[in-house]
Amino acid sequence: MIAWLLPLASFVLILFFGKRMGSHGRYAGHVATGAIVTSAVLSFVALFGSWLPNHQLPEQAHHDTDHNSHPEENSHSDEAADHARANNQLPVQQVALALAADEHQAPQVEKPYYYGDWYTWAQFGTLDKPDKLKLTIGYYIDALTVLMFCMVGLIASCVHIYAMGYMHDELHDFTDPEVTLSNGSKLKRPGRYYRFFQYLSLFCFSMFGVVIAGNLAMIFVFWELVGICSYFLIGFYIERKSASNAANKAFIVNRVGDFGMLIGLMALWCSLGTFAFGDKQDDHGAVVRTEAGQIAEPGLFSQLRSQQNDYQLRPTESVIAEQTRIAPKLGAESSEPANTAGQWLLLVAGVGIFCGCVGKSAQFPLHVWLPDAMEGPTPVSALVHSATMVAAGVYLVGRFFPVFTPEVLLVIAYTGCITLLLAATIAITATDIKRVLAYSTVSQLGYMMLSLGLGGWVAGLFHLITHACFKGLLFLCSGSVIHGVHTNDMTEMGGLRKKMPVTAYTMLVGCLAIIGAGLPVVGIGLSGYYSKDAIIELAWHYAILNPTHSILKWAPIIGALITAFYMFRLWYMTFAGQPRNQQRYDHAHESPRVMTGPLVLLAILAISVGWTLPWGNLSVNGLLEQARPDGTLEASHGALLADLQIPNEHHSHAQAIKVPAGWAAFSTAAAGLLLATIIYLWRLLNPAEIRQAFPFRQLHSLLWNKWWFDELYWAVFVAPAMFLARQIARFDLGVLDWILHSMAALCRSGARLVGGFFDATVVDGTVDTFASGTWSLGLWLRKIQTGSLRQYVVFIVVATVLMFVVITRVQVYVASG
Amino acid sequence: MPEITHLPLASLLTEPVGVAHYVIVGAILFTCGVLCMATKRNALGVLMGIELVLNGANLNFIAFGSSVLRNDANSLGLDGQLIALFVIVLAAAEAAVALAIVLNFYNNYNSVDVDRAELLQG
Repeated sequence: MIAWLLPLASFVLILFFGKRMGSHGRYAGHVATGAIVTSAVLSFVALFGSWLPNHQLPEQAHHDTDHNSHPEENSHSDEAADHARANNQLPVQQVALALAADEHQAPQVEKPYYYGDWYTWAQFGTLDKPDKLKLTIGYYIDALTVLMFCMVGLIASCVHIYAMGYMHDELHDFTDPEVTLSNGSKLKRPGRYYRFFQYLSLFCFSMFGVVIAGNLAMIFVFWELVGICSYFLIGFYIERKSASNAANKAFIVNRVGDFGMLIGLMALWCSLGTFAFGDKQDDHGAVVRTEAGQIAEPGLFSQLRSQQNDYQLRPTESVIAEQTRIAPKLGAESSEPANTAGQWLLLVAGVGIFCGCVGKSAQFPLHVWLPDAMEGPTPVSALVHSATMVAAGVYLVGRFFPVFTPEVLLVIAYTGCITLLLAATIAITATDIKRVLAYSTVSQLGYMMLSLGLGGWVAGLFHLITHACFKGLLFLCSGSVIHGVHTNDMTEMGGLRKKMPVTAYTMLVGCLAIIGAGLPVVGIGLSGYYSKDAIIELAWHYAILNPTHSILKWAPIIGALITAFYMFRLWYMTFAGQPRNQQRYDHAHESPRVMTGPLVLLAILAISVGWTLPWGNLSVNGLLEQARPDGTLEASHGALLADLQIPNEHHSHAQAIKVPAGWAAFSTAAAGLLLATIIYLWRLLNPAEIRQAFPFRQLHSLLWNKWWFDELYWAVFVAPAMFLARQIARFDLGVLDWILHSMAALCRSGARLVGGFFDATVVDGTVDTFASGTWSLGLWLRKIQTGSLRQYVVFIVVATVLMFVVITRVQVYVASG
Repeated sequence: MPEITHLPLASLLTEPVGVAHYVIVGAILFTCGVLCMATKRNALGVLMGIELVLNGANLNFIAFGSSVLRNDANSLGLDGQLIALFVIVLAAAEAAVALAIVLNFYNNYNSVDVDRAELLQG
């Protein structure tokens, strides 16, 4: 938990104090990097210090040819004994399995996890059941969580260290070469070094939040948080119109996906009544059970794959009830054959959740934001858009795997398939080095989705981890190149190998990793080799079981060819051959050590992440096996599509499948590499000539314009929306403002009327009359005072006499009355 | 004389002299004095009118202080005359003051014309 909250603390600190930390916040970088490195270290400590000693990994059952499994049965029973002994102190989930004794089937490992709530921040419900909807901040920690924490922490640490060097431009006043003011000069602004690290810290916090989240609502909250951090980071250069447009695009496209996610979320809650992932555990970590032995408060996974059903995905009573309740409203029949009851609702829920992943992980058709997101600084691209945020989508699919029915998995597989081919083809023609890597990311994410859709839980997440390492490496290398050459365009680079050797050779390692270089027979290779081969084996097996979907087998293989081609095209264009722009070549220099250090570290990781370390059977694969959700290992059948079969993942490691798949992968990768070498290194064919020739001209135009997706979306969505907005604005300005203005004018004329007539004549008239009356009275009374003494005498006398008369009369009157 | 007996005060001509006769004479003096004050242009003429007024008032006092109207056996019956004496003294003092004022007026205006004193005209 500390590891999770540390980046948040760093964010808050930099938010408030960033400006004061050194000149332009130089030390903000140190704060952020310190926070994230500590988090990474803590997560590794958690992994090695407490998880592994408590939950031993099984022996590697995959890459051995023959697992008649005596050694494994023994080891498994040893583990069971260990766990039984350790049960008093350690929380593990009780999993009792009865599996068919198939010699190819590795025994299901126990899946330990910790689940709990830290804080309930809202509760809605009825009087008798006040926690019908309980929104909490909770955690769900299993091997996958720990692994993702380590991965995110490590890559984020590398990126933070790298960014401290890359962003040194922001430490002083910065002249932005891409922003031109209206008077023609370039924009000059103060540096924003600290703000970058502030956003990076917030992003790390949110990403950790997504990984550790224990319930759907929390995932959604942190999903959106990650999206907004991505918006900030992409639009870091706020004065550039391209950057702010790209940031808007990213966030809005993400939001479109989140709309689907909300639908899925609602479907799941309405039918299952809970957001939580795991079952409620008591203080010792054991699952709380009622007296009848049932789980007291089951989470999502336990409800859909309950122990009674052997952990197969069966809709619960509540799901079926919910579907029959809403089916008439949608016009569907309310009675269905028993084996498809409830399946449609699960389909909707699954596709809905997957929509969120489509948006976040840039799958077709919401892939358009990722290439534009390269407007952000390169460390952002490395962290957010290759290793972590886009991985959040894949992570969610992996997390929700028990909830997805085979039909949903088919949808996921096809989406991944289309994406990987689409993006790979566009990457062939891109000339911006970061765009190529962006499309490569989209394509690899397609691989991961494809593998998860084919039922390969371990393979897909393994590819996620390896991809994080080598894609992060590739992006950081490209950033190093951009930093040295000050341009993104590959057509101005060339021959940089001699000038930037460390960058060049680490990037070579990355390229080899991404194409899956390795030796098939011996079975040794770089990290990408293991994960990619696993995916292709799985696809091969799937196509054998479901011949109608054979395209799902050929797509990754062709994709491997194209991947190899464009990656080495990138490498050759940048680092080999003759320099295309002599000026840039002369200026190029190797990056400082603070930037090349992480490159080397990531290169080492890219090589070794796939291996199995001999002591403790430590490997990524093993950790993932431990986190595999219950019941996903079995082959299962689709319910709505009766002939759809999801294979058992371990079956695909059989020799009959492994050999042809392995050779197919190797050969296509080699072919792509050869083709790239022919065109770009040996210059036997000229790409410019190829481009002109038919049919490549139209093809090139299609690919160069990214399959016209941006134009399509502009015409279909953006233009009508803006038209509508303009019309509404016209209405607003014309009608509403007219009403307001006329009311104001009415008020003004009314005021003038009242003021003019009433005020001026009546009120003023009264006052004036009083005044003039008093004046004339005064003037009249003045006449009495003549100043003439004689007249005064007369007045006195007359007045006296009158007074006398009046008094006597009054006296008489009073006396008589 | 029987032709004028219908006049209101004609009986006064045939009666023996009483209070009414004194009061009427006093009233005539008063009226003459007021007329003189009101019409004379000379300041000294005005002062003379004031004396006349005061003398008319004196007659009034004497008339009402007489033993006809007061039946007090222990008094001397000279109350009216006493008050008249007071009034004469007061008149003298007031005439002195008035003459001082007129003298000052003469010093400023070189004339005793009352119509010249119109500074307080409004």
